[in-house]
Parts: sequence; structure tokens; C-alpha cells
Amino acid sequence: MKKCIVTVLGKDTVGITAKVCTYLAEHKINILDISQTIIQGYFNMMMIVDVTSLEKDFKLVCDEMEALGEEIGVNIRCQREEIFEKMHRL
Amino acid sequence: MINMYEVSETNKMIEQENLDVRTITLGISLLDCIDSDLNELNRKIYEKVTGLAKNLVSTGNDIEREFGIPIVNKRISITPISLIGAAACKSPEDFVTIAKTLDRAAKEVDVNFIGGYSALVSKGMTKSDENLIRSIPQALAVTERICSSVNVGSTKTGINMDAVRLCGQIVKDTAEATKENDSLGCAKLVIFCNAPDDNPFMAGAFLGVTEADAVINVGVSGPGVVKKALEKVRGKGFKELCETIKKTAFKVTRVGQLVAGEASKRLGVPFGIVDLSLAPTPSVGDSVAEILEEIGLERVGAPGTTAALAMLNDQVKKGGVMASSYVGGLSGAFIPVSEDQGMIDAVNVGALTLEKLEAMTCVCSVGLDMIAIPGKTTAGTISGIIADEMAIGMVNQKTTAVRLIPVIGKDVGETAEFGGLLGYAPIMPVNEFSCEEFIGRAGRIPAPIHSFKN
Repeated sequence: MKKCIVTVLGKDTVGITAKVCTYLAEHKINILDISQTIIQGYFNMMMIVDVTSLEKDFKLVCDEMEALGEEIGVNIRCQREEIFEKMHRL
Repeated sequence: MINMYEVSETNKMIEQENLDVRTITLGISLLDCIDSDLNELNRKIYEKVTGLAKNLVSTGNDIEREFGIPIVNKRISITPISLIGAAACKSPEDFVTIAKTLDRAAKEVDVNFIGGYSALVSKGMTKSDENLIRSIPQALAVTERICSSVNVGSTKTGINMDAVRLCGQIVKDTAEATKENDSLGCAKLVIFCNAPDDNPFMAGAFLGVTEADAVINVGVSGPGVVKKALEKVRGKGFKELCETIKKTAFKVTRVGQLVAGEASKRLGVPFGIVDLSLAPTPSVGDSVAEILEEIGLERVGAPGTTAALAMLNDQVKKGGVMASSYVGGLSGAFIPVSEDQGMIDAVNVGALTLEKLEAMTCVCSVGLDMIAIPGKTTAGTISGIIADEMAIGMVNQKTTAVRLIPVIGKDVGETAEFGGLLGYAPIMPVNEFSCEEFIGRAGRIPAPIHSFKN
């Protein structure tokens, strides 16, 4: 399994989760875990997703998700899980 | 599984606290390029460097994108050119042709610096070493991306004072040769004692002859991350302070280890070392001086600075060592003046002097680094400063270095502008009493007694 972390940060509005999930589904990216909170009107979401069945270049997905974020007016980052795993786990 | 708090901590370090991987440096051995024909030698060097490094920058960019961690520089270090050119180069001008070839190769593969236009002369100089050293001013004036270094001493051999004398003159000549750009050439010339074979950081990087054909060395950074972490333990005891530095250094180094492993795998080149360094840049919040001020100094340079720096340096190593499978290079806190806004500010308010910086180099990496001095400073005085710094390295069994910029046409009170990562520097006063007779003596300073360990 190849995991990566999607983080979404920005002002809350209707349909953020829907749009992100639609993109993921279209690209055969499976969601393993979602945590989401709203702090003082700011939307804060983290997803752990599985990109094993992804057919596209992963870098392209990073670019497209970033662009999608700009469209919705939030900041979306897509990163390989290892950077977090290495930093926080022995 | 990774939780939201951990993800946001990492991303905060990257986005707000300037966490980055400072450099992926590809070490390339040029020993198999040696040829007695100069044209043939240049051809082989160009082909080997551009062949092995052709995917270096794109691989670095891919890793940067996929993991979301900035990798600021992609660079190359090579076998010291005085060895590679020995059979073919009969004059300093012959060596300059190699510098031009390397510059061309660096541009072809789009790396910003290539280090290793170097000579290792800690005990004696061959004719080839001397020719290379004498070619440095011209080589740095006619190229853009070459970095040069000379190792003039070590704990095992003592200090080659003939080379120290020559290097003082070479620093001065390099300043003259590049005076149009505030003597920028000197920012790419380092004089070392105990130079390591696997240093990934410029300008002192070269690939020693003890190394493999190609190797990936990575330098991490993160002064901003340490500074932010220390803000949370204000007023607490040394135990909390040290623990915080160690934990932060561990996290920063783990990122370096990850990037080094990925780069090594993707380029098919063995992993060498991670260099655990706190390397500042001129941007705000990326400063070693600010860490020292956060620890409790009004300004860096105040009494207590050396002790605070010694502690910081040691804790960074203790935290970092466990995070990487192999640690090497320079590994310590860097204290360059022009590349650290906090250092520049401290010089400008009169808190930090050349003499205090010299004391600070006894307890950290690396030496008198990126310090602008008056252009009128004599070659003899520069040699004297080099000799002092080399003595600190020799006696303390550590790497020390001198990267001084005598800014031609400028004096104390003025500022030298280098641009980019090299920053700018206020010109610092130098003790003007003479050391000519000391520097004028021929030969070398013998190795210290504690080097005889056999």
C-alpha cells in the first residue's frame, strides 16, 4: 500500500469535502481515514489516502489538487506519508 | 497511524519556520579521468560530471514535490582538482581551463555550485598543488559556479605555514580579481584545517580520495524550527532547554535522512552521510543568532555567547545522530556573518567582533565564515588570521575554516553586497598591528603532542 496525506486548510464553505472526495474517487484514490474540524470558521481537514491504484504521475495529482484548492478558495496539500512517519515515529 | 497534530506540526515547520533540506550534494570521483593530455582530461571531466549528474536536479525537484519539503540546492562535489590535473597541468593557466570546463558542466546540469577546485597541502605542496592555488584568483574571476578550497593544516600533520602565507596572498588577489562585484570571488574560497572528505556544504565541499566513485551527501538545516521550539521553554532550566533542542534536531535530521535515502535510490548512487548542521540564510526567522538570543542573550556576541553556542552545537549533534544511519561532513551550527540576519544586526550595533567570532569557532562548526573586512587589509594580516583559525582546529581536533572577504575599495562603516544566499555584510574592523615577521618564517608548525596516539 502506498499512502499519502491530503491536508485542506481554509475558510469554511459548502462542498469542500465533496469536491475533494470527487477528485479522489475519479483518480481511484481510496480514503483510509478522515479527521476534520472547524476552528473559528476555518476548515481544517486531514485525509490518509491510498494511492496504490493511481494511474497518473503522483506529482501531477499534487499539482491538480493544489489547483482545485485555489478554485474552492482553500489550501490543499498532497504529500507522501513517509515525511510524517519518519519525523514522528521511531 | 499519523494524526492531525503531527501532520500540522510538520507542515508548520515547513511553511512558517523555514524547515528545508539545504542541499543534496552528489559527490563524483574524477580519479578515472586523469590524463596527461589537457584536452583529453577536460573532455573526460565534462563527460563524467554531466553523465552522472544529468538527473540530479530533476530528481531533487521530484522529491521536493512529492514530499512537500523544499530542497534548496542541488550541488556537486568532486575530487580535489590539484590531484586530477597533476599530470596534465604545467601552469596555473592550464588549471584555469579545468575550472572553465567544470563551470560549463555545472551549467549544463543546472547545479548552482560545483565544489572541489581544491588542493590538500596540510604538510607540503607539490608543484601541481602550488599551480592550482596560484590559479584560484583567475579561476574564480572567469567562472560563476566553481567553489574552491585549500586544506593547509591538520591535527596529524600540523600547519603548513608556507601554504598559509601563500593563501593570504591568494585571498587578497581573488578579492582584486573580482573587485567589480564587492570581491565576491572570496565568498567561494575556503581555507581549511582538518577538512572533511564528505562535506556537502559549499563553498568547502570536495570529494576526498577515500570516497566511492559517486555518493549522495545531504545537508539539513532548520534554525527557524529550533528557535520556534525554544520559544515554548522560555524561563525554563537547562534540562528542558537541551531536551527541546535535541528533539527538534532529531525531527529535522529525520527529514534529511528520508530525502537522502530517496535521492540515493532514485539516482542509483550510494548514500554517504547526512550533515547535521544548523545553516542559516539571510531570510528572517532562519538565523542561528536568533536561537542564541532566544536562549537568553540580548545580542549575539554578549558574554555567555560561547557557552550558549557550545551547548546548542552539542545538543544538535546528540539529537541528530540517532536520526541518521551515517552522520558526517561538518555537522554543527554554522555562524556565517553575511548569511545570518541576526549576526549582521549584532555586528551593526557593536555587539559582535571578529575576536568574539574567533572564540565562538572553538566550540562550533566551522570558522570565520563570510566576514567582510576592509579591502586595505594586508595579505600578511589575512595569513595571520588564517593561522590563528588553523591553530584552533589543529589543537581542538576539529574542522576550522576561514572565508574572509577583503572588500576592495571599501572600509569599516560600509557594506558589501553579495546577493542571494550569500547575503550582505557590514565591513568589520581588523586588528592592524603587524604579524609580517611571524608569517614570513618558512616551513610548518609541527603537529601538537596529543596527535601522537599510536
